[in-house]
Amino acid sequence: MTAQLSSGTAACPGCLAAPPEPARPIPEDVQIALSLPGIHCSACIATVERELNAHPGVEDARVNLTLKRALIKAAPEMRAADLIPVLEQAGFEAHELDPGALSATQTDKSGRDLLMRLAVAGFASMNVMLLSVSVWSGATDATRDMFHWISAAIALPAIAFSAQPFFANAWSALRVRRLNMDVPIVLAILLALITSLWETALSGEHAYFDAALTLTFFLLAGRYLDFRTRAAARSAAEELTALEVPRAIRVIDGIEEEIAVAELRVGDLILVRPGGRMPVDGQIVSGRSELDRSLLTGETVPVFAEAGQTVSAGEVNLTGPLTIQATAVGEDTSLHRMADLVAIAESGRSRYTSLADKAAKLYAPGVHILSALSFVGWYLYSGDLRTALNIAAAVLIITCPCALGLAVPAVTTAASGRLFRKGMLIKHATALERLSEADTVVFDKTGTLTSGAPELVNLGDHARAKVEIAQALAEASAHPLSVSLVKAARAAGIKPANVRGITEVPGYGTEGEYRGQRVRLGRAAWVGADQGTETSAWLAVGDDAPEAFRFSDTLRPGAAEAVDALRASGKHVLLISGDSQGAVKSLAEKLGITDWIAEALPQDKAKRIQDLSDQGRNVLMIGDGLNDTAALAAAHVSISPASALDAARVASDIVLLGNDLSPIADACDTAVKATKRIRENFQIATVYNVIAVPLAVIGLATPLIAALAMSTSSITVSLNALRLR
Amino acid sequence: MEVLAYLIPISLFLGGVGLVAFIYTVRSNQYEDPEGDARRILSDEWDDKPKP
Repeated sequence: MTAQLSSGTAACPGCLAAPPEPARPIPEDVQIALSLPGIHCSACIATVERELNAHPGVEDARVNLTLKRALIKAAPEMRAADLIPVLEQAGFEAHELDPGALSATQTDKSGRDLLMRLAVAGFASMNVMLLSVSVWSGATDATRDMFHWISAAIALPAIAFSAQPFFANAWSALRVRRLNMDVPIVLAILLALITSLWETALSGEHAYFDAALTLTFFLLAGRYLDFRTRAAARSAAEELTALEVPRAIRVIDGIEEEIAVAELRVGDLILVRPGGRMPVDGQIVSGRSELDRSLLTGETVPVFAEAGQTVSAGEVNLTGPLTIQATAVGEDTSLHRMADLVAIAESGRSRYTSLADKAAKLYAPGVHILSALSFVGWYLYSGDLRTALNIAAAVLIITCPCALGLAVPAVTTAASGRLFRKGMLIKHATALERLSEADTVVFDKTGTLTSGAPELVNLGDHARAKVEIAQALAEASAHPLSVSLVKAARAAGIKPANVRGITEVPGYGTEGEYRGQRVRLGRAAWVGADQGTETSAWLAVGDDAPEAFRFSDTLRPGAAEAVDALRASGKHVLLISGDSQGAVKSLAEKLGITDWIAEALPQDKAKRIQDLSDQGRNVLMIGDGLNDTAALAAAHVSISPASALDAARVASDIVLLGNDLSPIADACDTAVKATKRIRENFQIATVYNVIAVPLAVIGLATPLIAALAMSTSSITVSLNALRLR
Repeated sequence: MEVLAYLIPISLFLGGVGLVAFIYTVRSNQYEDPEGDARRILSDEWDDKPKP
């Protein structure tokens, strides 16, 4: 990549715009959106934009580094498929996104709304604080009254605008006779405003306008951080959905037509090309091929498919084109029915109470009782309603949950940001807390620990002449095993033999003629051999006994490191797969996993995890297939790679965006740290309250003390959270 | 103390200018890509004039 960068002489009209208007708005009619998980620096931005803009047909391309996306305005006939190779050549991983599924996040009104309110609260609190400082430093009489009135004039409209989210939340809780964090907040704000107005009208000494505004400001800051973390996760989750551009080829009277999967009806004839995924459940009408069912069942050996056989949505067609007739579409497909299992398992997880909820449960009633008690106590003691109300308001303001409101969002924002930079996406609000508690890790095999790409393992077992023939036959096919065989043979410096008349027989293999003998490379049954348990392609030369080229799945990058690091941190690691004994055993031995289960059905996986949970273990499940979804949902916390099926990603709390598995161990570490910071933050907030509340209750609190306690606790809490970055 | 009659309106006005500027930046999508904008200033490639 660096080589690309140093040659940065070409003009880059689109990448840097510093025209009169500082930021060029994103082109309105975006036609192509690409996800670029690998970009991370200014050089990447420049290279991507230069490459894209140089491509004929591209009108304008702009990279968004925060979202790791490129938005491209292009001529109508341009397709994302034309641009992806351009970027891949430049060294960037790129995936097409469905712009339709993304549009929702771009005009995110509520985030903008919250930011506006935050700005108004910030502006107003700064101005009021300016006036308050003058009062605290000794303004008296008419001057003080005037300052108080000006403060009131700023504070009332500002709070009426900025604090609306709190009013709305508190009201909706009160309407159903419940208490939430917002009720004491609203009470504190309103009581502060009322007593302050009352005091100002009577030329009193203390007014809490600044406190009401800073309270609103800090709480809005917490809300905004929280919102942003969630919005980032949501938009990335949408992005993953958008990654699967759902199209299918429908055949009507021999004419092929590309349409959206949602438009398919039962009875439609659908053409699935080699490499394509079955969009719906159906029955094969014509064609012969092999199917890769690993995403559904975890088995790596491809299954033979011919007319009359039923197929399920999610299976991948490998060799020949297949025409299928749809028997179930959309929600009725087996893929969706399986996803419904998840919804049931998921409901158990929502019972998890986060640290913030626990704190709020203690906090809200406590504050009300304390404030009510001090009101009653002072009223009985002094008999003066005004003093009693003032003290009750002071208690409410001092115990304000500013620090509490920031304690969790500040930490989760810092932690999610850190993990996002490492290529992990936190989807669920309490995922980090749950991840920090995980003590058992369950891996799926196919597609999770392995990349799903076969690797030839026994090249050395064959005579060179045989390998040459096999290579010649394999070169004629796009089957994954053939591609892998050719790669291995080329790497060993072997040249293909001169095999003539090579033809591919979809679903079986390739055959040809070599020195007067018929030669075949393909399925065991086709060449007259017994299919073993391992993935293999068989070579038959004339009447010689067929020879097996055996393949194993390649390990995903970082898999070994991740397993080692997890074990080193004292976690119990298990491997549960739907694949055959032999394949699972060899992988488990390679990675040093002693506890493994093979040939597990989806229900077995979920049950096994349930058993572990019943033993009091907190299970982290990492899986990608449809057979893992129930297990993912049943686990305490779950992770799936971005290559996983939609349903699996939906069921998991964290999504790995890159190909590398090594960030998993790091994520556990970050989660533990984050939870520790959250607890620390609660402690800090409590310490401030323990010091300031007695002062308020005995009537010694002044607006100055309130402001100091509030600001210092909020700032300490935020700084503590930033240590995570 | 008469100076307050000028200073208070001036401080309110300046604060208001800041607020309006902020609202303008939010409305014109300037916070869409904070990370990217922070990196772009480091790039050697720039335009002398807006695109044709």
